[in-house]
Amino acid sequence: MGSIHTTARRGRGARLASVVAGAAAVALLATGCSSPSDAGASGSAAPAGDASITFIPKQLNNPYTDVVLGGGEAGAKEAGFGAVGIVGPLNASASSQVTLINAETQAGTDVIVIAANDPDAVGPALEEARAGGAKIVAFDSDTNPAYRDVFISQVVSEDVAKIQLEMISEQIGGAGDIAILSATANATNQNGWIDFMETELANNPDYADINLVAKVYGDDDDTKSFQEAQGLLQAYPDLKGIISPTTVGIAATARYLSTSKYKGKVALTGLGLPNEMRPFVKDGTVEAFALWDPAQLGYVAAYAGKALDDGTITGAVGDSFTAGELGERTVEEGGVVIVGPPTMFNAENIDDYDF
Amino acid sequence: MSEVTTADPKPDTADTLSDDTGGRTGWTRILLGRDVIMIYALLAFVTYAVIAIPRFASPVTVGFLLLDVIPILMIAMPMTLIIITGEIDLSVASTAGLASALLGVLWADTGNIVLAVGVALLVGALAGAFNGVLVAFVGLPSLAVTIGTLALFRGLALVIIGDNAVADFPRGLTTFFTSKVGGTGIPTVMVGVAVIALIFGTLLHFTPFGRGLYAMGFSKDAARFVGIKVPRAKFWLYVAAGLVSALAGIYWTLRYSSARSDNASGLELAVIAAVLLGGVSIFGGKGSIPAVIAGVLLIGTINYALRLNRVSAVVLIIVTGSLLIASVVAPSAWAGFKSWRHERELHRDLPEVTTSGSPSA
Repeated sequence: MGSIHTTARRGRGARLASVVAGAAAVALLATGCSSPSDAGASGSAAPAGDASITFIPKQLNNPYTDVVLGGGEAGAKEAGFGAVGIVGPLNASASSQVTLINAETQAGTDVIVIAANDPDAVGPALEEARAGGAKIVAFDSDTNPAYRDVFISQVVSEDVAKIQLEMISEQIGGAGDIAILSATANATNQNGWIDFMETELANNPDYADINLVAKVYGDDDDTKSFQEAQGLLQAYPDLKGIISPTTVGIAATARYLSTSKYKGKVALTGLGLPNEMRPFVKDGTVEAFALWDPAQLGYVAAYAGKALDDGTITGAVGDSFTAGELGERTVEEGGVVIVGPPTMFNAENIDDYDF
Repeated sequence: MSEVTTADPKPDTADTLSDDTGGRTGWTRILLGRDVIMIYALLAFVTYAVIAIPRFASPVTVGFLLLDVIPILMIAMPMTLIIITGEIDLSVASTAGLASALLGVLWADTGNIVLAVGVALLVGALAGAFNGVLVAFVGLPSLAVTIGTLALFRGLALVIIGDNAVADFPRGLTTFFTSKVGGTGIPTVMVGVAVIALIFGTLLHFTPFGRGLYAMGFSKDAARFVGIKVPRAKFWLYVAAGLVSALAGIYWTLRYSSARSDNASGLELAVIAAVLLGGVSIFGGKGSIPAVIAGVLLIGTINYALRLNRVSAVVLIIVTGSLLIASVVAPSAWAGFKSWRHERELHRDLPEVTTSGSPSA
């Protein structure tokens, strides 16, 4: 007995479904023709009168970024923002940031705080946001100055470069080959520090015997940074020191060194988070490294955003605003606001910090 | 023939056979096919978004959404044809990255944008031809070949441009790529994308070549016996995929005004997910261009609407993945349910077979 289709019920159901589908299509065409303005007024994220702020870091799942954003959120709430948002790409790419900026432009956010993965790629999107009335604060990693109102720098760029060179010079005895393991190849902040370091190495007589042999990029990805560190030591067996001006890079390199034969022989320094670096300082892999309080960076950025939104400052040189508990901050040359001096961590003081 | 006793009910097969059309015809076929379900799903979600998500219904949405979705849409066109023939191409995003790197380096070195774009397109076509030769003429499995070229082309991009990025493209060109048509908010480049979609749609649905692709997907050998030139067709499909990927890479570079070796990284998975969501069977032989376009727009709209509500990127990936699994499982589940229902009706409508004699069916 072959199969026999009993399709009587199916025929009726199909006809009914096709009528419903047709009605749905007609209804949709009607809604599609509604003018944009009344849909826009039908709901808003923040209560009227309260400003909104969104932070866009370089990437999510980055422990340093988490601390900065924690400070930023706290600062934003204190400063009086009604809606605080945090969005970020999963990998440190500029194109993902553009999509997020566009979403903020459409949402009508008042202040966008961004750490740029590429100083120029995010430009056009930021310009559209500004045309929509948003104020742009760059923090951590600057954009091209034309695209932002003010840049919050954690410390003076030169000081960051200088302190890292001082530490490595001390640790390798003033002479030898060193290498740099950075984050992404386009990151404005790291590239700025590296440029200063290269200038210092070339001009400063104290560093005449130190050679920079390689610059590699770990893309702020733990695995890639680990592999780049491995590669460095294989390619340059006489390497005396590594500078890693990124918390992901220094943590990965320390992990590699502490389990390799180079532990104690190759000096490692750079910018690291005390909580991540504590075991490596205790077991002797790392002698000293530097950073600042990242939470303060986010905090000042939030207050700068509020000042811009209120009209207290416009980003011109000489403007000053109050950054909550941290006191007065002044806008310096190039629209830059400095948060504070860097801190050096070593075995003696590392237990005093918890971030 | 044994006699039917009056105690047995007479089986009435008249209605059964006359109502059995053997498939849908007329309006039900056009309005209820798997392909059109995707378009309904897109319309339904857009309706929901317009009503429930604030600030979604504005010309700005159309602009931003389409700008984001264009590379996926472009590459999905040749990818649909390739998957319908039963093959796959995982190297599309790497070809786009290679084109992007070439564009950046040539522009930085020569300052001649036309030359740079031309060379990038040519290299894209050559990359596709490389894939095509290995898959169609040498006969290697496309999955293996394109995984290899995925790494090869991305590596070439890295060799060409290194860790640098080229960002100073001509302003006129970059603003053109983000400009919109009049007041509608639709990006100007959508015209080119619509042309590409039309070309591939016509090719697939209205030419003998396109019918041949379906045949190839069902059975390569049967298609060969029927006279379809299978290797040649597949070769040209891969060349087309390479060319369109290079075009997508050029668009990506000029829209973001940034040529990097990791541009369009991971795009191939988004394209394949959208194509499969659009109803194309991964085993080949089934699929249509309008449904794929609806699939791409559906994923794009869902991502856009969720991002507008500041939902985290992790959740977006989960949503896209679940959608993809549902789209692959749902047809099988539906077919299973229908056959269960059919078996039930069969047992109810037709009489039991008795040992005293059976009425012939």
